[in-house]
Amino acid sequence: MLSRTADNLYWLSRYVERAEYLARILDATQRLSALPLAYVGSSNEWESAVLTAGCANAFFKAYDEANEENVTDFLAFSTANSSSIRSCFEMARSNARAVRTALTMEMWDAINGTWLELKRYGNGPASREEVSRFLRWVQESSLRYDGSAYRTMLRNDAYWFSRLGVYLERADNTARILDVKYHLLLPDNERVGGPLDYFQWAAILRSVSALTAYHWVYRESLQPWLVADLLILKEEMPRSLASCYEAVVRNLDQVAGAYGRQGPAQRQARGIRARLQNSKMDGIFQRGLHEYIGEFITENNRMGAAITEQFLL
Amino acid sequence: MVAAFDEMKGADGGVRPAYGELARWLDEVPPDVLDYRRREAELLFRRIGITFAVYGEADAQERLIPFDVIPRIMSGTEWRFLEKGLTQRVKALNLFLKDIYGAREILRAGVVPDDLVFRNPAFRPEMSGQRVPYDIYIHVAGIDIVRVDADTFYVLEDNARTPSGVSYMLENREIMMRLFPELLARHRIAPVENYPDELLATLKSVAPTAVARDPTVVLLTPGVYNSAYYEHSFLADKLGVELVEGRDLFVKDEFVYMRTTQGPRRVDVIYRRIDDDFIDPLTFRPDSALGVAGLMSAYQSGNVTLANAVGTGIADDKAVYSFMPAIVKFYLGEEPLLKNVPTWRCREPEHLAYVLDHLPELVVKEVHGSGGYGMLIGPAASKIAIEQFRAKLKSAPKNFIAQPTLALSTCPTCVEQGVAPRHVDLRPFVLTGRDRTRIVPGGLTRVALKQGSLVVNSSQGGGTKDTWVLDG
Repeated sequence: MLSRTADNLYWLSRYVERAEYLARILDATQRLSALPLAYVGSSNEWESAVLTAGCANAFFKAYDEANEENVTDFLAFSTANSSSIRSCFEMARSNARAVRTALTMEMWDAINGTWLELKRYGNGPASREEVSRFLRWVQESSLRYDGSAYRTMLRNDAYWFSRLGVYLERADNTARILDVKYHLLLPDNERVGGPLDYFQWAAILRSVSALTAYHWVYRESLQPWLVADLLILKEEMPRSLASCYEAVVRNLDQVAGAYGRQGPAQRQARGIRARLQNSKMDGIFQRGLHEYIGEFITENNRMGAAITEQFLL
Repeated sequence: MVAAFDEMKGADGGVRPAYGELARWLDEVPPDVLDYRRREAELLFRRIGITFAVYGEADAQERLIPFDVIPRIMSGTEWRFLEKGLTQRVKALNLFLKDIYGAREILRAGVVPDDLVFRNPAFRPEMSGQRVPYDIYIHVAGIDIVRVDADTFYVLEDNARTPSGVSYMLENREIMMRLFPELLARHRIAPVENYPDELLATLKSVAPTAVARDPTVVLLTPGVYNSAYYEHSFLADKLGVELVEGRDLFVKDEFVYMRTTQGPRRVDVIYRRIDDDFIDPLTFRPDSALGVAGLMSAYQSGNVTLANAVGTGIADDKAVYSFMPAIVKFYLGEEPLLKNVPTWRCREPEHLAYVLDHLPELVVKEVHGSGGYGMLIGPAASKIAIEQFRAKLKSAPKNFIAQPTLALSTCPTCVEQGVAPRHVDLRPFVLTGRDRTRIVPGGLTRVALKQGSLVVNSSQGGGTKDTWVLDG
C-alpha cells in the first residue's frame, strides 16, 4: 500500500486514541478536584493534568494559571493547542478524508459523524454538566471508531498500521501518567502521603479505565506498587505498557509476514517487549521508577520513528 | 427563438417510440410519489455525498449537484449513430495531435493556420517530435453533444484534457436502480457499470512497450482540495488502483516510482487528473506543489505513459474546434458524422464584423474558457450587458468565438410545478486504447433546471439525469 495511506491510517488512529485519553484525564481531574482538600492534599490537580497531557509549555504560554476553566478549554476545545481534543478530531478527520477509500464505510461514518457533532459544541460548553457530557461523548466516539475498525476492516496491512497507531499512542499515554504521578507510586510513599493518596491512585486508574480491573486482578485495596505493576507489567491489562507492546509486536509480525521480511522496527519492538517481560516491580523500584518510565517514553518515541522510517516515508 | 425539439414529444407532439414506456409511466404515477422519490434520491445523494464526496466545509450539502429522477432515453439506433460519430471525431483528434507534435502536415497544407497552434498557450513545445505509445494522446475524451431535432446532433465542445463527470454517470444509474427498479424492468437498458473495467483495460493497453509484467496503473489527483477529488477517489476505488498525489511519486533514473510500505514500486501508467501546468515543476510551473519533479523526463524517455498525454489542450481549444470539420476530412477523408456548431472566429476581421452586428442573437464564448463563465448569451442578455461585452470583444477579438443560439433539445424534467421540458446536453466518454475504442452507452446528461435556461453547467444551476440507451 501507499506509504502515505499507511501514514494517514496510523495517525488517524493515534489522534482518536489521544482524544480519548485527554477526555479521561479531564474526567479524572474533575473528580479529584471536586474532593475536599483533606482527601487529596493541596496539589494543583489541573496543573498535573496539563503535565500529563504533555503540553505544559504551550499551556503556560497561553495562560498564567492552571485552573479548571483554562485547562478544560486548552485540553478540550482550544484551536491553538494542536493536541486538544478538538484538534485531534479535526486532524483525525482530515487524515480520514485523505484516505477515504482505505476506510470502511462504518469507520468513515464514525469519524465523520464525530467531526460533524463536534461542531455542535461550538466554542466549548457552558456548564460543568455539559463538559461531562462532552467528555463521555468523546470516549464513546473513540469506542465507536475503534469498534468499527475492529469489526469491519480487512485484516491486511491497512488494519495493522491503524492498530500500530493505537498501541503506540496508548503506550505513550500510560507512560506519561506514570511519569507525572510516579512519586505517588513509590512504595515508601505510603509513609509520606498516607491515605491522602488513595484518591490519587484511584484517579490514575480511572484515567486509564482500570479501576475495576485492579480489583479483579489483585483482589485487595489500592496499593501503589500494585497500581504501578498493573500499568506497567500486566499483559492482561489492555492499557499497560506490556500489553501495548505485546500488540505492537504482534501487528508488526503480521506486516513482516505479509511482506516477507523483517526490519529494524520489528527487532526494536521485540527488544522493548522482552525488557518488559523480564522486568519485576522490585527491580524497577530499585533502579528508580522515574528513570524506568523516562527511558520507556524515549524508547517508545524511537519505536514510532522506526515505524515511520521503515514503512511510512 | 425557435421552439426547442422535445425528445419525448417530438416535433409533432406525439410520443416518440423510445419514450413510450416512460410516458405511460409518467401518466400512471401519482405526482406525490414522484415527488417523494425525488426527495428520496436527494437523501441518497446527500448520504453518498457525505460519506463519499467529502466536500469538506459546512456548505457540503449545497454543493451537491441536483439530480433529476426522470431519465433521458435514446434509442439503440440513435446511439449507434452517435457512437460512430464519436469514434470518428476522437480518431481525428488523436491524428491531429500526432501531426501537430510531429510532421505538421495539416499546417503545411494550410488547413489550420500556424499561429493558431504555435501562439496557443495550450500548445506544448516540449512535446514536439515526441512519440507517445501507440500514437494515442487522448485516452479519455468527454465530447459534449447537443441535439436540435430528430436527426441533428452537434458537438458543442471537445474535452481532451481531464474531462470529469463520469462518476455522476455511474452513480445516477445506481440511484435509479434503487429508486425505480420497476421502471427499469420495463425497459431494456444498456449497462454503464462496466466503465471502470473498460477504463482500466484502456489504461493498461497503453503501458510502455518495454513493460512485460502486468502494468501498474495509478490515478494522480491534485488532492482533497480539488473540486473533483470525490470523483478521483471514487474512480480509483472502482478501478482498484492507488490514488496518488504528487508527493507519493518520485523519479529516479528516468523511471517513476511510488512510495509504498514495501519500498519503492515502479509505476507504468498514470491516469492523471492534474493539468499540464502543474504536472512537473521542473518543466512547467515551478511553483506547483502538486506535481512530480522529473516526471516529464521519465515521460519523454518513454518509461511511463501519461493519460491523457501532455499537450492535448491544443485539440480542445475553442478556436481549433471551429476547424474540426476540415480536420476530420483532412485525416480521414470522410465527412464528419457529427456536425460542428457553425462558429465565427472573431480573430478573422470579416467574422468579427458579422459578430459585432449580430450580438443580440449570438452566443459568444472565450476561446480558453470553460464552465459556462465569461460568455454572452445574446438573446438572454440585457442591452447594457451586450454593450459591455462588445467593448471586451473589440479589445481582444482573438480571445472569442461566436455561435448561433441553438435551440437545445428538451426532456421531461421534475420541477417545482410538476413535470416540464428542460434543455439538456450529453457528455459521452470515449476511451481510446491500443486495441480499440470503447464507449459505454450513454454518458452524462446535464439539464438546465431553470425554465428557458440554456446553461447546463453545474456551476450555474445545472443538474444531471440518468441516460438510458435502449437495446435494439
